[in-house]
Amino acid sequence: MSDKQSNNAYWSANMRIISISLVIWALVSFGFGILLRPMLSGIAVGGTDLGFWFAQQGSILVFLGIIFYYAWRMNRLDREHGVDEE
Amino acid sequence: MDQFTINLLFVGGSFALYIGIAIWARAGSTSEFYAAGRGVHPVTNGMATAADWMSAASFISMAGLIAFTGYDNSSFLMGWTGGYVLLALLLAPYLRKFGKFTVSEFIGDRFYSQTARIVAVVCLIVASTTYVIGQMTGVGVAFGRFLEVDNTTGLLIGACVVFAYAVFGGMKGVTYTQVAQYVVLITAYTIPAIFISMQLTGNPIPGLGLFGDHVASGEPLLVKLDQIVAELGFASYTENHLDKTNMVLFTLSLMIGTAGLPHVIMRFFTVPKVSDARWSAGWALVFIALLYITAPAVGAMARLNITEMMWPNGGIKGGAVAVEQIQNDPKYDWMDNWQKTGLLDWEDKNGDGKIQYYNDKNAEMQAMAAEKGWSGNELTKFNRDILVLANPEIANLPGWVIGLVAAGGLAAALSTAAGLLLAISSAVSHDLIKGAIKPTISEKGELMSARVAMAVAIIVATWLGLNPPGFAAQTVALAFGLAAASIFPALMMGIFSTRINNTGAVWGMLAGLTVTLLYIFLHKGWFFIPGTNSFTDADPLLGTIKSTSFGAIGAMVNFAVAYVVAGMSKETPQAIKDLVESVRIPRGAGAAQDH
Repeated sequence: MSDKQSNNAYWSANMRIISISLVIWALVSFGFGILLRPMLSGIAVGGTDLGFWFAQQGSILVFLGIIFYYAWRMNRLDREHGVDEE
Repeated sequence: MDQFTINLLFVGGSFALYIGIAIWARAGSTSEFYAAGRGVHPVTNGMATAADWMSAASFISMAGLIAFTGYDNSSFLMGWTGGYVLLALLLAPYLRKFGKFTVSEFIGDRFYSQTARIVAVVCLIVASTTYVIGQMTGVGVAFGRFLEVDNTTGLLIGACVVFAYAVFGGMKGVTYTQVAQYVVLITAYTIPAIFISMQLTGNPIPGLGLFGDHVASGEPLLVKLDQIVAELGFASYTENHLDKTNMVLFTLSLMIGTAGLPHVIMRFFTVPKVSDARWSAGWALVFIALLYITAPAVGAMARLNITEMMWPNGGIKGGAVAVEQIQNDPKYDWMDNWQKTGLLDWEDKNGDGKIQYYNDKNAEMQAMAAEKGWSGNELTKFNRDILVLANPEIANLPGWVIGLVAAGGLAAALSTAAGLLLAISSAVSHDLIKGAIKPTISEKGELMSARVAMAVAIIVATWLGLNPPGFAAQTVALAFGLAAASIFPALMMGIFSTRINNTGAVWGMLAGLTVTLLYIFLHKGWFFIPGTNSFTDADPLLGTIKSTSFGAIGAMVNFAVAYVVAGMSKETPQAIKDLVESVRIPRGAGAAQDH
């Protein structure tokens, strides 16, 4: 495989990981925290509902998970495609 | 030891520490001045980014914003953290690979256009300057309350300290003082919160206490809070009262704006490798989250404490607090202290010797008031910004906690001010002087001009802090709007699309910028001059979209115009396509260090 092809495969794998991560990013904040909150109102969390928790704490914790997952996954992808920093 | 001496010790001690670090971390080259020699460990950089990002607004204002509205202001929590996901996934690693010194330099090189670079520089300077005004006034307020000096003296002392470490240390000095400032500010924020959470819920972790049980009543804290605010006719704490379209757009605007603010982005130029930039964004959010997870707890608990203090005899049935008690009971000393600052006030309107605090705009409460002979809400002024600073006094915490909070508030304002000033000075010396006016300037000359630009920026910021334009509070929307509508889309398209050429990028930025400025000016007045607005945020031009939420739409306009114009004009040259290729691949980032 030429450098060019390998780089293209690397980039499309990266785009796939970014897309999935951003779907989760939007789902927990705009979704669970705001728009889908009424649907989650049945799930009680400490005196209120799950949507309130996502809006004030949950989304931040998920954001952390996304960034650390992305860093770990991309550093592995770099090595798989031989584009990591020596 | 009296409170004044304690405050002086805490503030003086922290300032001595910052200056000590400044002497140790003196910058000797442009690389050290702009990017701390690219030798900053990702965790260290994460901590510095957290201090850089968390301003007087995060430390002083945010908990107050949440305390008095509850769920409705969750946008700040999600928006100011969610931007880091965009930064980590879409910008930081690639900009680090590019390996230059300023955000506008990337825009100029990638879009092979001096115009694009200048547009970016102008946005950067306007956004950073408006932002820095708020920090400088914050410094003045904190000094005024805790060290009993007047606003001007306080501001001048703060400016001298920033001068000492930013002018000599550049990015290197700023980075290591920001690390120290982070430690001071997070300790100052969490210690009172832990005390208060223990008092109210028995849980030492405030973030968990928020969803725990209120010890005194045995009910969940948020249920208790909802009851107590409902009793006084206020809107429920946990329910949603806002238009959801506007809430989504506002949150999105804060996220995109956060990711587009140059003083945050440039922090990622300081780490050694691309992989470090990815980790560093995560660490930054860890350190930010420590405060942001605590803030909603601080807000809810303070609201409960204050309300119970105003109705100390078991709620509305037991009667309001007596004026005599406010004056004599040491538990109420904080009210006297803050009344002096003019940010808190009360008035016994009906002359019954008691201070009734309730929502006098609520019809049911008006009926009850008529029956009981009340003449309106008597806690006439409660500035939301005093909540965090007054919190330790409200909860009756020891004197050293109050001193610590004073040092913490100053650390938050100073660290952000330094980061912003650095962004401004590097844009002036690197993009304007070296990039446009005198490209042949020597490294020594550029370093000198960076220091002079920094000194001038500090003087301008101090002057603006002393004479804040009447619109100071509104300009934060402007800073976020500009960053969201101009800088973020340009950077993102520069990395993710080879199609966008020079013409597309310039037109995109100008279009995003113009519609956003127009929308803000139409609602807030032209150049924020009162009375010149055609619409208000209560009844906006487009549906329910307020001017503070428009940044996200400005960004979309930028993307759309850039694509259309790029499609109609000459294709991007091969050399630039190769540049984009190389930015996408981490290998070789080390080489860029020595550029």
